[in-house]
Amino acid sequence: MPSIALSDSTTTASGYLLVLAVILPVIGLLLAFLLGGRRAEQIALGLMPIGLCLAAAIAFGVWRADGVLVYVLGGWSPPLGVALRADGFSAVMLVTTALIVTAAAFFARANFSTPLDLTEARAPLSFWTLLLALWAALNCVFLGGDLFNLYVALELLTFAAVPIVCLDGQAATLKAALRYLLFALFGSVLYLLGIALLYGAYGALDIVVLSQRVRPEAALWVAMALMTAGLAAKTALVPLYLWLPPAHAGAPPAGSAMLSALVVKASFFIAVRLWFHVMSPLPREAAMQILAALGAGAIIFGSVLALRQERLKLLIAYSTVAQIGYLFLMFPLAAGEHPWTDAAWTGGVLQAVSHAFAKAAMFLAAGLIAETLGHDRIAGLRGAGRLMPMTIFAFGLGGLSLMGLPPSGGFVAKWLLLTAAVESGQWLWALAMLAGGLLAGAYVFRVLAPALASANANEPSPRPSPGRGREAAALALALFAMLIGFAPPALFELIQIGRPQIARPVTTIVTSR
Amino acid sequence: MSAATLAGLCGAALVGLGLYGLVTNPESLRKILSFNILGSGVFLLFGIIARRGAAAGLAADPAPQALVITGIVVAFSASALAVALLLRLFKETGKVTLGADPPTKSPADGTGV
Repeated sequence: MPSIALSDSTTTASGYLLVLAVILPVIGLLLAFLLGGRRAEQIALGLMPIGLCLAAAIAFGVWRADGVLVYVLGGWSPPLGVALRADGFSAVMLVTTALIVTAAAFFARANFSTPLDLTEARAPLSFWTLLLALWAALNCVFLGGDLFNLYVALELLTFAAVPIVCLDGQAATLKAALRYLLFALFGSVLYLLGIALLYGAYGALDIVVLSQRVRPEAALWVAMALMTAGLAAKTALVPLYLWLPPAHAGAPPAGSAMLSALVVKASFFIAVRLWFHVMSPLPREAAMQILAALGAGAIIFGSVLALRQERLKLLIAYSTVAQIGYLFLMFPLAAGEHPWTDAAWTGGVLQAVSHAFAKAAMFLAAGLIAETLGHDRIAGLRGAGRLMPMTIFAFGLGGLSLMGLPPSGGFVAKWLLLTAAVESGQWLWALAMLAGGLLAGAYVFRVLAPALASANANEPSPRPSPGRGREAAALALALFAMLIGFAPPALFELIQIGRPQIARPVTTIVTSR
Repeated sequence: MSAATLAGLCGAALVGLGLYGLVTNPESLRKILSFNILGSGVFLLFGIIARRGAAAGLAADPAPQALVITGIVVAFSASALAVALLLRLFKETGKVTLGADPPTKSPADGTGV
């Protein structure tokens, strides 16, 4: 019985929340653009608590209803109209997005406040409007129930993310942004081609309707291959990762945090929708193994490249390439009807969430380090631990989650994926995960060892330490990554809601931790 | 060969040409143009799907046509953003390629935009 829960095509009780979650940042974006100047920042910051409450309300709604929240736009039900849907995965991603965007916005106030002697400055206005655009697009991706809607949301996301990369207008970041845009366009046009084939074959683009109509035939496989390749380019899965490190390392710290934590997850989210929801009635083992092979390659390759970087921000960016690999290991482990699939699904989702918090914390910390020391060369980090203990602590906690050491969220995620790999006898993926953990330990150590060493005798004149508030923003995100390790069973229940398999009782998931 | 098949083959050829250009051309402007050719192929495919899925009494299924309009708007804005970035890059560096080692490349191609 695939997709019992998702099959609802009528608006549910609190479905209007989903519309609010999309429309609110859009209204903020338009107002910020119209009013301009200092107002843009005020509007963005004012919307943060409302957006957080909305995301929490949606998550609570999904959990209480124990099913999918649906809003049917204009009252036209899916084959004809478009539906917004929130299941457990969407709810968790919405809350993560709201928290990280809020922390990044709080952090960015110091870099992007309009100077006192001006009424409007280019960089702040762009940053605050783009931040709202990014948030709107992310919410749209996590709630979209229609493949074409998701295409538009992905494009909006790209258009918001690319300018954030080159906000400083330097040649290097312009290059990074242009390369990012070209990769993203390549990805989106392949995705669009897949949509054309799917519509031609089945006459529908709604995820639930499609999942009832798909048949194993050439058109479907070609469409899925094209769309997956396109999404892989946007997620920076290994052969197509070239754009990510310069783009994520060159962006301003708050921007890098959002790009690495959230933007790459959006295209991964759509890949999950395709392979687990649309394809739910069909056997798809071979394709899943290919995705996992790419993921395992990403883990090893990305980690080794991260180890060899000289600059802190590049190291973190390459570590993103590696951590994305873990996400794709979820595909073969969570597919089908096996005793280990619940754990693998939860592990995959938790990996997306805990990596988001950890990586955002690390990019913010790296931004503070670069600001205080005036550079971000790893070799020159000596004494940073004494200068800014809170920042280095946040970086270390984030690193702990990347390595998968207890009691972090990364530990729970990787443990669940690892047990699923062992239980299902897919040893190769288990080995890749273990190797990835060791390599992550090595590259995090490479940063922490000099940072915690005592400063050189010929220490440069101490710079003012960064504001406590911004250090706290980074630390708060790192603590969230830790807190996931102590999450109550309710979170595990929530993640399973709306999964297109029959959910087993939650006890099995909790005990398998 | 019916008109729809012919158009389909044209679409496939455009997609192939665009893909080839996007991957092999080192110059960004040509990459942007290749993306547009690739996009045109996809839009043509949408048109054929609309024609093929036509219900009795209608010239074409309106849904793919609506999708294509959105797709064209998105592709147009994407091209505009890419060209704007490229122009700015040219102003900053005098180069229009993304490779790390293009010192001999003449920037003449980028000035024509």
